[in-house]
Amino acid sequence: MNAYIYDHVRSPRGKRKGGALMELSPSMLATAVLKGLQQKSNLDTSKVEDVILGCVMQTGEQGGNIAKTVAQQAGYGDRVSGVTLNRFCASGLEAVNHAAAYINAGYADLLVAGGVESMSRVEMGADGMAVAIQPRLAMDNYFIPQGISADVIATKYGYSRKDLDTFAVESHRRAGVAQKEDRFKNSLLPIKDVVGNVICTKDEHARPLTTLEDLAKLPTSFDMMAEMGGFNAVVYDKYPEVEKINHVHHPGNSSGIVDGAGAMLIGNKEIGVAIGLKPRAVIKAVAIYSTDPTIMLEGPVPVTRLVLKKAGMKVSDIDLFEVNEAFAVVPLRFMEQLNVSHDQLNVNGGAIALGHPLGATGCMIVGTLLDELERRNKQVGLATLCIGGGMGVATIIERV
Amino acid sequence: MDTMQKHVTIQKADGIATITFNVANSPVNVLNDDSIKDFALAVADVAKDQTLKGVVVASAKSDFLSGGDLKSMMRPGLTKEVFWGTVMQLTQAIRQLETCGKPVVALINGNALGGGCEMALGCHYRIMLQRADSRIGLVECSIGLMPGAGGTQRFLRLFGPQKAVEYITLSKKFTADEALKDGLVHQIVNTPEELVQVAKKWILDNPQAIQPWDKKGYRVPGAPIGKLGANDPFFFLNAHARKNSHGNYPNITNVLEAIYNGVALPIEKALELEAKYFMNTLFSKEAANIIRSTFLNVGEAQKGVAKPAAFLKQKSETKKLGILGAGMMGAGVAYVAAKVGIPTVLKDVTKEAAQKGKDYSVKIEESKIAKKKTTREKADAILSKITPSDSVQDLAGCDLIIEAVFESEKLKNQVTKETESVIAADAFFGSNTSTIPISDLAKGSVRPKNFIGIHFFSPVDKMPLVEIIVGKETGDAAIAKAIDFVTQIKKVPIVVNDGRGFFTSRVFGQYVYEGVALLQDGVHPAVIENVAKKAGMPVGPLAVTDEVNLKLVLHTASEKKDLTEFEKKIIATIDKMANQLNRPGKKEGAGFYEYPTTGKKYLWPELNKHFACKIDQLSHEVIQQRLLHTMALDTYRCLDTKVLRTPQDGDLGSILGLGFPPYTGGAISYIDYIGVDRFVEQCDALAKQFGDRFAVPDSLRARAKDKKKFY
Repeated sequence: MNAYIYDHVRSPRGKRKGGALMELSPSMLATAVLKGLQQKSNLDTSKVEDVILGCVMQTGEQGGNIAKTVAQQAGYGDRVSGVTLNRFCASGLEAVNHAAAYINAGYADLLVAGGVESMSRVEMGADGMAVAIQPRLAMDNYFIPQGISADVIATKYGYSRKDLDTFAVESHRRAGVAQKEDRFKNSLLPIKDVVGNVICTKDEHARPLTTLEDLAKLPTSFDMMAEMGGFNAVVYDKYPEVEKINHVHHPGNSSGIVDGAGAMLIGNKEIGVAIGLKPRAVIKAVAIYSTDPTIMLEGPVPVTRLVLKKAGMKVSDIDLFEVNEAFAVVPLRFMEQLNVSHDQLNVNGGAIALGHPLGATGCMIVGTLLDELERRNKQVGLATLCIGGGMGVATIIERV
Repeated sequence: MDTMQKHVTIQKADGIATITFNVANSPVNVLNDDSIKDFALAVADVAKDQTLKGVVVASAKSDFLSGGDLKSMMRPGLTKEVFWGTVMQLTQAIRQLETCGKPVVALINGNALGGGCEMALGCHYRIMLQRADSRIGLVECSIGLMPGAGGTQRFLRLFGPQKAVEYITLSKKFTADEALKDGLVHQIVNTPEELVQVAKKWILDNPQAIQPWDKKGYRVPGAPIGKLGANDPFFFLNAHARKNSHGNYPNITNVLEAIYNGVALPIEKALELEAKYFMNTLFSKEAANIIRSTFLNVGEAQKGVAKPAAFLKQKSETKKLGILGAGMMGAGVAYVAAKVGIPTVLKDVTKEAAQKGKDYSVKIEESKIAKKKTTREKADAILSKITPSDSVQDLAGCDLIIEAVFESEKLKNQVTKETESVIAADAFFGSNTSTIPISDLAKGSVRPKNFIGIHFFSPVDKMPLVEIIVGKETGDAAIAKAIDFVTQIKKVPIVVNDGRGFFTSRVFGQYVYEGVALLQDGVHPAVIENVAKKAGMPVGPLAVTDEVNLKLVLHTASEKKDLTEFEKKIIATIDKMANQLNRPGKKEGAGFYEYPTTGKKYLWPELNKHFACKIDQLSHEVIQQRLLHTMALDTYRCLDTKVLRTPQDGDLGSILGLGFPPYTGGAISYIDYIGVDRFVEQCDALAKQFGDRFAVPDSLRARAKDKKKFY
């Protein structure tokens, strides 16, 4: 593919309750990131043709095509367009893949791809959901909320709460090491308030000293919803082999609910000369794949197989993996099914420790992957996320 | 000027028009093509009459309006076009009434159910007469239908989506007090005269009456119109709908859809959309099945349609009942008989045992008093009908005996002889056996013509079905007597001919055996149980076998001499469970399930080990077919070999006695529901893979060839 990553910038991820980024609207947060990208590369923004941002809850202050709003506010100029897209949890990576496809098709030469989500200001579910609320759709599609899906996967494949908690503790530990060694510094942009003072410099959700004992104290999250909400019945009808759902997920082994934004500069090889930048990596292959929409979180494995096939590669050709930690069971199942070692996967922790700002995460993990490949002097990385509705999206990058 | 139609009249006096329902040729007021047409004419009349101050809607019968005429709705040849015309005529007439510019009052003098409740909802003010036997509510879902004359939309606009869905899908019937509390009616009065007085006064006091949903700025309670957010009540309502229906009942989904879409629509559009969902529901196979089997055929059975021709016109009454054996069944029969006022002697070997049997009734009535569902006087009146006794002499004068002693031929013969020595020569003797052939038991009787099987189901006061079993020598008078008794105690009779296990126990056995066969075949037990429930069975086959007890299944099988190879294999497995693994059932706290002292039962985890179970052993479709087809096929065999006399009895017996899913219409209708040719094809495939028990009788194969339906 003739699509290259020139640079990447991301905000830290701010906690939802009383976090530092809460005082910034999602537009201002993303504006800061776009400005940061411009400054970091000393980018002539008149060369940028479009800003593609992932954002899941496109309503209220995240509504009205926030990408164009932000492109304008960041001073990229009237010339620069903006489009906002929603691929649920993978919207940020979808933005990157869209950009890669546009460039590869010759539709554009230089684009900004990224994402934004202020989960403390625009709550999850704020944009409604047809398949959840319209009776005909919910009935025909066996709709259940995602957290229950995660518990069903754990039940079906026998992951215990301890398995999940052990993974979560490690995610926090790794994030702590990464923060201590400043491994995110290449992309992490300190965020300032209206006065101009820096209010956030690091991912606030991470608690590196978390222990198994700490997590054991947390009550599981989805029992009530499954029992009282009636979703148990949907599960037993669709998966009769499940006699009783084993509820194992809780806030400590699920992704953190946070605010954040990220952006990536993507262009063809030729544009690098015009803007005076050297490409850092090529986007080698991208893929999308969908699976059973009720259990919903099984997309990463088949989409990884597909993207490897498209790239003509094997699992063993990949140096590092980023698999979004929406729920601990997702990366665990990924490692088990594809025989991938945890030593190669989410080496600096994942969304359980760092948080998962829905629309932004996909772009952020590609940036983290690229920084880490460079730091370790490795070549090839793969990023993938599970997605509502059963989808999975994946991207392979290779340093150039 | 008074206008007279056949079913609906208008009287005008003092500036008030009274529209009175008095539907001809029907004991209660019903909505059918004719009464709807009359009503529409009446509404058109009062709407254009500028001299009127107001309108009341009333009834000349004991009920206000009991809903749609199901027989008429189910009439053969009714086209969608014709029916649409009728539905919209009613919907538009009610809408015209509530927007006619004059205050309209409903005088709810008795039951206002289904369409009757919808009629009342179209009135600005609803006054209900306080009556112990009166209820108001949208009850259409209980017979597979849904409201079609504005009920979903007016409930939505009165109560919001959450309550509207709950009340309608659960077919809630409101007492006057409950209706007042929820705002379904505005006022309760104590006499019919007051109904009229209050209505007139209200009309004069409220010349500008308008429905809440026609007021400017009206919003549906609890939901922002047209903006269904993530906190939408449907998020949970949809899941609960599946919990209750497993997706098998189109009326439930259609009610939710009508209400969901109705939130965003103006009332006229919403009413029309409801009518469309109503059409979809009425013309579904499921609604036709439910109405036919659980309403129309139940009604016929309760009228005694199965009585021998010579007895059809007369109805006998049981004046004194004797019950032998005061165990669980005897005690239950005594209660239901006493409840309808039959003097009942409850006899057991000792006075204490007999009194213990009566205490069952005492307990039920005491609990009703505590819940204020009855009064001390009424309870005492019922209890005074039951005389516990240890003396056979007390049975003298009984015109009917029901024997409910332990399931042993010898014991039954002994008590029969004893009893026959004191009862009159023309008294009848019914045995409540569930398995022993009546013709065998009749050998112990000196008057086999008067000897019959009357098989109750447990718990007797809750289960509506009674299976009447005709022995070789049973006379027509005994059949008539048994049917009259069953309808006298307000239960539903089916009549079957003699044979081991009769009809219900025999077909129930198929369900139990097939459940165990699936386990033997390595199907994961949770899959067996959940697929059965998804298909619509109330309890999975393994759970129900635990409840019956594996040792009882073994005992029943031991009395059968000619077990098939398949049956022998199943019995071996049940024997292994009950005797080697020591897991006989629920009573012992260990069967296919574990029964912890606290918390819910769960499947015995070691089942998987003993039966090498896999979750993907068979497709869910094949599992469902094995469980339901085996029952349907055996029901057909009963029909084919004259154990069953009519398909209706097979349907009623399977739904009311075995919990066969009502949406299928019962175990015979089920064959029509699948399609008889497809059913035979599927049975052939099952027979090939799983054995002869799925072999199709020739007569059914012939029926499949001709694609001849049962209904």
